[in-house]
Amino acid sequence: MLDHVPHAKAVGLSIVSVEKGAAVVKLTYDEKLVGNPDTGVVHGGVITTLLDNCCGIAVGMALGEMRPIATLDLRIDYMKPATPKLDILARADCYKVTANIAFVRASAYHTDASDPIATAVGAFMLDTVKTKSKSQAT
Amino acid sequence: MELLQRARAQRSKVDLQALIDAIPYCRFLGIEVDRKGSELTMILRFDRKLIGNPILPALHGGVIGAFLETTAIAQLILETESAELPKPVDIGIDYLRSGKPVDTYARAVITKHGRRVCNVRAEAWQDEHTRPIAALHGHFLIKPKE
Repeated sequence: MLDHVPHAKAVGLSIVSVEKGAAVVKLTYDEKLVGNPDTGVVHGGVITTLLDNCCGIAVGMALGEMRPIATLDLRIDYMKPATPKLDILARADCYKVTANIAFVRASAYHTDASDPIATAVGAFMLDTVKTKSKSQAT
Repeated sequence: MELLQRARAQRSKVDLQALIDAIPYCRFLGIEVDRKGSELTMILRFDRKLIGNPILPALHGGVIGAFLETTAIAQLILETESAELPKPVDIGIDYLRSGKPVDTYARAVITKHGRRVCNVRAEAWQDEHTRPIAALHGHFLIKPKE
């Protein structure tokens, strides 16, 4: 599910596990992801990418089939800086799917999910490609 | 950051492009700074590695979020006296249109400048400024002057 996403590959994301409506994704630490060269802490934007992608996979796992989806919004709370040189895990749970929208929550952490680096809530639009071809709108 | 602290100590203007270039992740994304006086536009050069959906194709939502966050941070460095890189506390990103495989631009406005926390809004667009592809609002911690 990540092999065909160029940016997921470029950043270094890999799927750890999936289940119905949930996903765990790993971000492998790399120097190129650093946001503060003094401390070696990864950029907040990397966490955004990790959480966004993990949420998207959880939505796919809730739908049970590959349907085109798009992030509608994402809210991220940063609780503490990531520890330099450590990989980061994210777990996302898609807790509600309606006709058009899927709702997801997620958190990023090193080893202990109860001590998060960041948490996120998001909404995803479903069947975005079909909607687009119907209305011809962008 | 050393570059930032040096500029603050010398009371000189911060060389934003040099500062952005010193951040590995911004270099990896390919972010450029276009500064005209106090007006700042950030540029995200398109590259295939920024694609999140290869079928459309569209930029990865995380890339757009990271770009907006960087734009907000750059604006804070320019307008506040923060002695350290501003840190995000919380951000909300609204995705308005899919990001096409072309260059993207962004600008940020500081809505409220507090002593420790700033509220910032930022918007990203591609061909037309009036048709934004994403908007961010967020709070950032700054380090007040001693």
